[in-house]
Amino acid sequence: MQDIKKESITIAKIKRFFPESILEVNLADNDDCIIIKKEANVEVLSFLKTDADLLFDGLMDVTCVDYLKHPIKRKERFEVVYQLYSYSKRHKIRIKCPVSVKDTTIKSVSHLWKSANWGERETYDMYGITFVGHENLKRLLTHHEFIGHPLRKDYPTKKRQELSANDSLFDQMDVLLKKKGLK
Amino acid sequence: MGLESFLGDSIITTSLDEIVKWGRKNSLWPMPFGTACCAIEYMSTVSSVFDVSRFGAELVRFSPRQADLLIVAGTITYKQAPILKRIYAQMPEPKWVISMGACASSGGFYDNYCTVQGIDQLVPVDAYIAGCPPRPEAVIDAIIKIQEMIDGQGTELTHDRSKRAKIYIGDDSEMMKKAEA
Repeated sequence: MQDIKKESITIAKIKRFFPESILEVNLADNDDCIIIKKEANVEVLSFLKTDADLLFDGLMDVTCVDYLKHPIKRKERFEVVYQLYSYSKRHKIRIKCPVSVKDTTIKSVSHLWKSANWGERETYDMYGITFVGHENLKRLLTHHEFIGHPLRKDYPTKKRQELSANDSLFDQMDVLLKKKGLK
Repeated sequence: MGLESFLGDSIITTSLDEIVKWGRKNSLWPMPFGTACCAIEYMSTVSSVFDVSRFGAELVRFSPRQADLLIVAGTITYKQAPILKRIYAQMPEPKWVISMGACASSGGFYDNYCTVQGIDQLVPVDAYIAGCPPRPEAVIDAIIKIQEMIDGQGTELTHDRSKRAKIYIGDDSEMMKKAEA
């Protein structure tokens, strides 16, 4: 019979080691969420991945939320969301970083988790968030002649853009060939 | 009757146009451009349960250069549009196109920024099949209607797509008229 929700070890550790980076803590059933400053995202996330008690070895998703037309007003328009899961400890956490519309940059975490590579590309494609330090930040789902970012709330839903010719994709092939020593 | 009376029952005489049409309509070689669940329904059309080979269109070619019937089964996005155009251009003449299902025919419920609102914006379509996805019987119906079209038209018409009549499978306007009468 416990009315007050106990803080998980993850939240306790982040509070202990990064007290200045925390903006807000939201507790929910098995769905804890911490909002941190975007400048501290790489430090906090690499800590979460490597700490012996936490071991968040899986990045389930990188995405973004556009709060332009959201009923609850936010200080910043975008929030980049990281969904983390630990396969060994079987716990999860959601990390959010507010990003302003004037400066849509945030540091990349693609060196920490391989899944962040495509997740960040998709987020860039759909929301126009620039991930600084990403090795190949180009559009993932829409075509290379596409202008704008379709999941932004100010993008007209039915604005369609035709493609004249497909991307050769050889820029990515060259990287692979060089990695294997074939070029 | 003519030449047969001299040569006996083993020989049939006909015109060249007729024999070419007969060959074309009974051996359509489809090229499936399957991008979504309609392609799964097309697989069951080819399978032994529905057996499209009863109508001579079972030799599915995955190379457009060996096919004369393009079956577009699924959602086409703007990123895929140049690929579909290129595949259509690679098919040798004469060729026919079936737009299978709601997405290929009209974009379906994907009324958004990325989906082509009907493949007739990209390639000329001969038969549209309604349904999400359509039943295999509807696909067979479209193939039979295309066979009738090949049979009914002269060989010169195959190159003039603007004069071809469109086929609509699942259009219930005729059924409604019958019900009203």
